[in-house]
Amino acid sequence: MAAVTPLLLLLLLSSAPSFSSESRNAYNINGRVKIPQGLGTKGYALPGRMSNVKVLLNGGQNITFLRPDGYFSFHNIPAGTHLIEVSAIGYFFSPVRVDVSARNPGKVQAALTENRKGLSELVLEPLREEQYYEIREPFSIMSLLKSPMGLMVGFMLAVAFLMPKLVENMDPEEMRRAQEEMRSQGVPSLSSLLPGGAMN
Amino acid sequence: MAIRSFFLFILFFSSSISPVFSLYEDQVGLMDWHQQYIGKVKQAVFSSQRAGRKRVVVSTEENVIASLDLRHGEIFWRHLLGADDVIDGIDIGLGKYVITLSSGGSILRSWNLPDGQMVWESSLQGPKHSKSFLLVPTNLKFDKDNLLVVFSNGRLHAISCIDGEVLWKKDFEAESFEVQQVILPPGSDLIHVVGFAALSQFEMYQINAKNGELLKHESASFSSGFSGQVSLVSTETVVALDSTGSILLTISFQDGKISSQQTPISNLVEDSLGPAVIIPSSVSGIFAIKTDAVTIFIRVIGKGNLEVVEKTTHEIAVSDALSISEDQQAFALIQHASSEIHLTVKLAHDWDGNLLKESVKMDRQRGLVHKVFINNYIRTDRSYGFRVLIVMEDHSLLLLQQGEIVWSREDGLASIIDVTTSELPVERDGVSVAKVEHNLFEWLKGHMLKLKGTLMLASPEDMAAIQSMRLKSSEKSKMTRDHNGFRKLLIVLTRAGKLFALHTGDGRIVWSYLLRSLHKSEACQSPIGLNLYQWQVPHHHAMDENPSVLVVSRCGPSSDTSGVLSFVDTYTGKELSSLSLDHAVVQVIPLPYTDSTEQRLHLLIDADKHAHLYPKTSGALSIFKREFSNIYWYSVEDQNGIIKGHALKCKCTGEVADEFCFDTRDLWSVVFPSESEKTIATVTRKLNEVVHTQAKVVADQDVMYKYISRNLLFVATVAPKGSGEIGSVTPEESWLVAYLIDTVTGRILHRVTHHGSQGPVHAVFSENWVVYHYFNLRAHRYEMSVIEIYDQSRADNKDVWKLVLGKHNLTSPISLFSRPEVITKSQSYFFTHSLKAIAVTSTAKGITSKQLLLGTIGDQVLALDKRFLDPRRTVNPTQLEKEEGIIPLTESLPIIPQSYVTHALRVEGLRGIITVPAKLESTTLVFAHGVDLFFTQLAPSRTYDSLTEDFSYALLLITIVALVAAIFVTWRLSERKELQEKWSFYSAFASQSTFSSLHFSDN
Repeated sequence: MAAVTPLLLLLLLSSAPSFSSESRNAYNINGRVKIPQGLGTKGYALPGRMSNVKVLLNGGQNITFLRPDGYFSFHNIPAGTHLIEVSAIGYFFSPVRVDVSARNPGKVQAALTENRKGLSELVLEPLREEQYYEIREPFSIMSLLKSPMGLMVGFMLAVAFLMPKLVENMDPEEMRRAQEEMRSQGVPSLSSLLPGGAMN
Repeated sequence: MAIRSFFLFILFFSSSISPVFSLYEDQVGLMDWHQQYIGKVKQAVFSSQRAGRKRVVVSTEENVIASLDLRHGEIFWRHLLGADDVIDGIDIGLGKYVITLSSGGSILRSWNLPDGQMVWESSLQGPKHSKSFLLVPTNLKFDKDNLLVVFSNGRLHAISCIDGEVLWKKDFEAESFEVQQVILPPGSDLIHVVGFAALSQFEMYQINAKNGELLKHESASFSSGFSGQVSLVSTETVVALDSTGSILLTISFQDGKISSQQTPISNLVEDSLGPAVIIPSSVSGIFAIKTDAVTIFIRVIGKGNLEVVEKTTHEIAVSDALSISEDQQAFALIQHASSEIHLTVKLAHDWDGNLLKESVKMDRQRGLVHKVFINNYIRTDRSYGFRVLIVMEDHSLLLLQQGEIVWSREDGLASIIDVTTSELPVERDGVSVAKVEHNLFEWLKGHMLKLKGTLMLASPEDMAAIQSMRLKSSEKSKMTRDHNGFRKLLIVLTRAGKLFALHTGDGRIVWSYLLRSLHKSEACQSPIGLNLYQWQVPHHHAMDENPSVLVVSRCGPSSDTSGVLSFVDTYTGKELSSLSLDHAVVQVIPLPYTDSTEQRLHLLIDADKHAHLYPKTSGALSIFKREFSNIYWYSVEDQNGIIKGHALKCKCTGEVADEFCFDTRDLWSVVFPSESEKTIATVTRKLNEVVHTQAKVVADQDVMYKYISRNLLFVATVAPKGSGEIGSVTPEESWLVAYLIDTVTGRILHRVTHHGSQGPVHAVFSENWVVYHYFNLRAHRYEMSVIEIYDQSRADNKDVWKLVLGKHNLTSPISLFSRPEVITKSQSYFFTHSLKAIAVTSTAKGITSKQLLLGTIGDQVLALDKRFLDPRRTVNPTQLEKEEGIIPLTESLPIIPQSYVTHALRVEGLRGIITVPAKLESTTLVFAHGVDLFFTQLAPSRTYDSLTEDFSYALLLITIVALVAAIFVTWRLSERKELQEKWSFYSAFASQSTFSSLHFSDN
């Protein structure tokens, strides 16, 4: 994401004529879609190909495509407030609100609807890249330990090795008392629990 | 009960905000499949490029332009144009650009042939609407630049092929002038524009192609007038029919002089025929006319002498002409003969000699040949070979070469009308062809590989082996029912009137059937399929029957034409029976009752508001009579803004006694004021939806009761001004009103107005909530709102003592005369994208939490947890609410890329999303269709009830082995230690032998 920002600044320098008036209250909207190079090369089936980008006006009322340089235009659009959306696999574009007014043709009035940022030129850029797949975490001991089996083994080890340690740290007096108690109650030890244990 | 609480417990655990649907890249294709189609081909142009792979560029009725591989039929690239941007013509310019003319001739685009990148786009305006023509002359040069000639909207344009610049234009402003043909005589710089004016005037304009200058304008009047199209016979002769359709006019305009000749059709053919139409063809010297039964090919000899060359009653299809040398043109002709089609390729000037004659076996389920496109190639022995591309009645596309079908594409699947599902047969001995489980060693090896994969220790070869092993899994494409209910048949009805059964495992076509009842016939002129219903779903005692579906269709576009029913077996794909109805089908109401053979009862409402019961059996009738007074339905009249509720009255009082016909009565009606509201969307709950519990436990141990009724209808209306496109209306004059209406009583339970909002509205109704998507003009963003409806009358039942003492009102009858005590909660959020479709996941028992499936404008399907659309979200949820899983309120709904169900794929031209529950409670099957098809399995709360695909059994085995080993080791250790202890004990307390001996004797 950090790589996008310097490019964003550069792109604003490029200028495009945004509106040109036509007869009969119909206008043209011209704009440009810029996908910064170097993005979208991370394993998509079609990394940022311009030919698969669509530009949609008012929820699909008009659909147009990009020229090789990224320019697009909508023809014969009545005056009013319109919505332009860009559909490109791998990128998230904010819809753009575009005002086409009859009074001052040629004036740009566009704003991103997601963050209400005004645009001085109709240059549309992705807000962010979209990563559709989870990335496989590299193998780590932690992930193995966190799995149910890992927890099982861990618990067992804890019981097997830490419990005796706990017992060792006990006061010898108390321990003896406890042992006495255990013996008197006849609590079976592990070996006696197992089938072979009884043989002893 | 214990199991349920266990499920809830797990659900609670699995409820985390992180995207639930997420996929690793190597899991693509494991549970999902994606198929790409283009639709019925309208026009095809073969690329004549010598080098590289052979291509054919096609435009289709689904408004797709695509470049296909001529060898295999695969798609190189494809673009779906907008719905209003219908393609009028395509061609290839300079051998490397695909030129398309669309939007009624007002948009001209050029695409790069190898990769489909748009090169330029031009907007062509004109004075008035007219036919449009796109011509790409090969020899017309203008400053080294090839010209394109486009006639559209009453204006002739010459356009540069390289950059789309308009070089000159010429208006044809005469009010009544209707262009019929634009002709470019080869080898000259002239353009001929011919057409009719004022019904009986023939006009010819000659224009200089270099600069658009009008050189000549001639006209001649024909008192008999014209009808239909004209056919171009040569570059200077056209043939037209007079207004009665019985006299042929041969008009030639050689050297700018118009001369004509009239030939009555009866002179050519003895027996009188009805009015004829000209079939346009581009074959020079030959044209065809078609009457009801006969197709006649006529040759023009010299100046206006006509001669019949062939008369046929067979269905016939002719291709356009193909120039194979300087003065030779070939064309292809296809004729049907029972199970074969005969392909003949002829030279234009020599009807009787055939260049090629082949017979190809053709599947009857493909129907008739609708279109033929011919292409030639040079064989190794320097003779001409021909291949033809044919478009069939079922919209499929086939390439024929050397008497064989080289490839075929099932492009009918690009236009699906309706979808239903069917179970597969139960696995029995001899039914399935199950593969024998491979031996244990193989199995272990596979799992060791998988383990290596998860531990990231696998080499690339291992990874490839794992991937192929996963994809190959024969389990998922077996033809029998599985334990989890993942394997089903998707039965789809296409616009061509063909039924397909697709296997959910891999998307292959199990069978296909071109409905005979949807064939054109005397009684049924233009049959169209409407809907699919499950007719017979056998279980319990009717297990031996095969399931079947009901296809409802009607004989014409208007709703009062008579209907046709067909019943199709879903295992064999055979039509069991079909019924031509004597009444129309306006509405079909599947009733929740089945007869003794598990046939589902359906009520068909006709145009005169009579209800007809199907199946017409006495058993069904007796069941129906029992439920007679419990059947209610509603109808929506879009034009008048009226919603009406209906019930049954009595038997039909018509002259014919029909036990299965019933009169209906109107119960209620809701009339929306036409000056302020226009209905744009109505949605109800899915009939087969299962709700697990009515109670909803909220944070402070309180219970809310969902108002669950099958008879709730969501209606959205907008201001009539605001029913147009975005941008056509200001926020002040637009509003959207949402209603919840009880369809039995007609009572409006809830009404909410969104000021400054407009459609289109996409809504989904499930359980006790409805979610709808609309456009907010003030914020200029899309919004989604949720309405949840709760039953207050049961709110006092929370007291346990009341329940114990039986003082609750759970069993008290619900009266329709009293107003139900309901409360609604709602909330709205911003949403970034436009929507094309919306659906909700459905599971077998309704326990699993729900996800909304949003078909976005970018043709992707996004899964959004319903918890994001919970009206109880607040900015700062309390600790209790957080524990309940309430997400802090945000202004807009999040779009998490990993929760795109379609991941990096597009379902081009998305139209609908269908969800079907699997038998496994956690899982739902999702089928999205448009021009493309996409299928996947979803687990909205993860698969809490089964192990996932990549569960490592090897790891489990290793753990068990390790545990057993550890047990033995610790046992040995413990034994030894105990022995030592005993020895030390013995030596230390040797004197106290009495105790010790006692102890030993114990052992």
